[in-house]
Amino acid sequence: MDRKNKNALFGLAVLAVVCLAVILLRDSNIAVLNPRGLIASKERNLIIISTLLMLIVVIPVYVMTFTIAWKYRESNKKAKYQPDWDHDSRLEFTWWAVPFVIIAILSVITWNSSHQLDPSQAIYTGKQPLTIQVVSMQWKWLFIYPKQNVATVNYFQIPINTPVEFQITSDAPMNSFWIPQLGGQIYAMPGMSTTLHLEASQLGSYDGSSANISGRGFSAMRFTVQANNPDDFNQWLQGLKSSPAVLSNSAYNQLAKPTVGSPVIYYSSTAPALYDRIILKFMAPPGSGQDLEGS
Amino acid sequence: MLGRLTLNSLHHTPIEMGGVATMVIAGLAVIALLTYKRRWKWFYGEWLTTVDPKRIGVMYIVVGLVMLLRGASDAALMRTQQATSVGASHGILSSDQFQQIVSAHGTIMIFFAAMGLMFGLFNLIVPLQIGSRDVAFPFLNATSFWLFFAGAMLVNLSLAIGDFGAAGWLSYPPLSELQYSPGVGIDYWIWALQIAGIGSLLSGINFLVTILRMRASGMTLMKMPMFCWSVLGSLSLIIFAFPILTVTLTLLALDRTLGMHFFTAGGGGNAMMYVNLIWAWGHPEVYILILPAFGVFSEVVATFSSKRLFGYKSMVWAIWAIVLLSFLVWLHHFFTMGAGADVNAFFGIMTMLIAVPTGVKIFNWLFTMYRGRIRFSTPMLWFLGFVTTFTVGGMAGVLMAVPPADFQLHNSLFLVAHFHTMIIGGVVFGYFAGLTYWFPKVFGFKLNERLGRYAFWCWLVGFLFAFVPLYILGLMGATRRLDHYDPSEGWQGLFIVAAVGVSIIALGVFFQILQLIVSVRQRHQNIDTSGDPWGGRTLEWATTSPPQVYNFAVLPEVSTRDAFWEMKKTRDVAKPRYKDIMMPKNTPLPMLIAIFAFTFGFAIVWHIWWLAAIGLFGVITTIIVRSTNEEPEYKISAARVAKMEAAARERYA
Repeated sequence: MDRKNKNALFGLAVLAVVCLAVILLRDSNIAVLNPRGLIASKERNLIIISTLLMLIVVIPVYVMTFTIAWKYRESNKKAKYQPDWDHDSRLEFTWWAVPFVIIAILSVITWNSSHQLDPSQAIYTGKQPLTIQVVSMQWKWLFIYPKQNVATVNYFQIPINTPVEFQITSDAPMNSFWIPQLGGQIYAMPGMSTTLHLEASQLGSYDGSSANISGRGFSAMRFTVQANNPDDFNQWLQGLKSSPAVLSNSAYNQLAKPTVGSPVIYYSSTAPALYDRIILKFMAPPGSGQDLEGS
Repeated sequence: MLGRLTLNSLHHTPIEMGGVATMVIAGLAVIALLTYKRRWKWFYGEWLTTVDPKRIGVMYIVVGLVMLLRGASDAALMRTQQATSVGASHGILSSDQFQQIVSAHGTIMIFFAAMGLMFGLFNLIVPLQIGSRDVAFPFLNATSFWLFFAGAMLVNLSLAIGDFGAAGWLSYPPLSELQYSPGVGIDYWIWALQIAGIGSLLSGINFLVTILRMRASGMTLMKMPMFCWSVLGSLSLIIFAFPILTVTLTLLALDRTLGMHFFTAGGGGNAMMYVNLIWAWGHPEVYILILPAFGVFSEVVATFSSKRLFGYKSMVWAIWAIVLLSFLVWLHHFFTMGAGADVNAFFGIMTMLIAVPTGVKIFNWLFTMYRGRIRFSTPMLWFLGFVTTFTVGGMAGVLMAVPPADFQLHNSLFLVAHFHTMIIGGVVFGYFAGLTYWFPKVFGFKLNERLGRYAFWCWLVGFLFAFVPLYILGLMGATRRLDHYDPSEGWQGLFIVAAVGVSIIALGVFFQILQLIVSVRQRHQNIDTSGDPWGGRTLEWATTSPPQVYNFAVLPEVSTRDAFWEMKKTRDVAKPRYKDIMMPKNTPLPMLIAIFAFTFGFAIVWHIWWLAAIGLFGVITTIIVRSTNEEPEYKISAARVAKMEAAARERYA
């Protein structure tokens, strides 16, 4: 095959790959790049800014690699050949210094963004945050509204433009609580409580999942969060109050038995201080059992 | 009597049985071939009992490549599952099987494929490059290899008897604790890594002493080949990092075997302690693997550009900056633990800093090519493939070092794509470059270039198809280790593309196997009579290919960097004066130690206490027996050396 044919073939291959990419991605939702919440938007911007900054080094590396490799190929006898040239302080200083400066800029961004977007830090918008307690279980998610004294499994609602404080623990191996379109994840760990603040800025249903392997039913640990108008949200909460199921201690122990996934369940009330007692049971001396004591 | 071992432990599904059958058939084929060719005595005397690092290196590489095949089959199964297990279809594997395969893939690729190839290269090249006849502790070296082999066998045995861990390649507790993983899988994982890990640690000490104490006369540290510098960096990491692994695995084993509570969910244990400890080993581990690959590229780029390596001192400083920084970054593997902004920001910034010395190395390689005369032999193609992939992977790495960005990327397929870019683009391409480059030194003939190029292009294109979709899937919210998902996610198309990528890589592997077969058949055409087939620069090219058992008949004296390059300019014609050479005797004891260690590991996995006691007793007794051996060496007389050298010259005349 001569060079022209080869180039044409290469061009066609690239075209085919691009078409394929367009077809595959046409209807898809790139969640992290399509944020629907305050935190997720900021995180998306951070991802884009950092990438652009790094391209300052990466693009020259690409250009240099291919131009140098091509120019100094063995068959090109016109190119200069200096087999003993192996050191130039100014050049070497440049490529210690330029990446260092870029990393220094990124470090400032990192320091500031780590503090601004610290998941445990409350979102100040003047509005009172809504608290939701999240328990990862084998293999489903329990959401408790402690003030409202209601709970749900694998589905919950939040009002838009209202900060939400998630308190997260696990009654199972470690999981990670992640709603990509609302913001980054945080681990759910047994015997410990972590905090995550998020805020939805648009109406919609968003997928959430566990991002950390937790056993047989791990892939089924998916849930939906619906961001609603505050009025509709309140109505939904009121509606929960009339559901027949009650999350008593014994109902909780039943729920805690391993199942691969779970249908959506609504509880009209919960046992008192359930979340705290789920954490505390891991603090008990060994052998005293993993069940909540009945009431 | 047999602990937890019952007939039920042998019960398996067809896919597992297929794996077992493949292993059994391959084993029987080797046995049949050795018997048919009447080569048992040769196999035992020249290979199983050898203490020659060149032979040990070959054995490491053979085991490493076989493990690479096993790990790659796991990968193929995983991608097949993910391309087909959507909605009502649940694919070819159960979720438990899938999770075992995910865990085995990571474990095998890192501990047995990558580490095997790495120690193989150390054994083959380090003594030759520093102008030495051997490593510092030859017996220990053989023991390290056999412990590594025992670990590899224990992992693979889990396919036939019992099952393997299903908690990911690092077995995070509490999932890996008895409460959630009561079977033998995690125990197999623990003891395979424990045995192999001790081998790695011993090897680390051995080669560190070798490089520091056994360099040719005149070879000061700053005249050492860059490969040896990067190996020295890697070894320093091994001796500091591997003890952490040993302790961590021991604590987990105590939890599981004796009911203790270091990392359990309840009873006062703290699982996050394990996560900290395992990454305090785990992050240095990736630099343990990548530094030698950097070293290979330094040799390859200089040789194939026919030019001195640019910025030697910068390169050395860059290596040591990476060594130091790699111990200060482990927390970036779990920013999502919720450690707080100060802690996260500190570890994020330390992580980014590693990009600086790494970038310096890339620029130095580019300027080694600049004003050189570049030959695009296969090792050089692997280098160019490395720069194109590794740079992007590095960018993704720095991105994830920004904690709030990591919250969105952590444990997603974006992360999986990132570290495969680093490990395939960096470690695998680097080791392939090294294997192709040094193959003629070890076996005396070159590998077929055309098939090597085919393999390279398949790997590069296959890699792009297999991992670019994963970056996108990660951004779409797909997490790692999913054995099933809903069609509404819209992921299936990209998973299919990724599976196509894996098959293109498989084609590359096919070409590599073909390359090996064809090259052996064509060995008389591709023979290396000079000992220096590429126009090399360092001492390994100063001796015959393959080298004699003693490497150098007369130990070289060094006065500059690129010692052999300079020697070639001022060819010394003085008749060599040979002296008697002392070499270590072959011994079956390292293999015996490993057999006992394997027995111990197997017994403790299954709680067969009497057998574990025998295994442990055997290991200790063998070591004591060895220490009473007062004549571990034999002499090759000067006259015999002269005869061997003359014979070698004649072979090539």
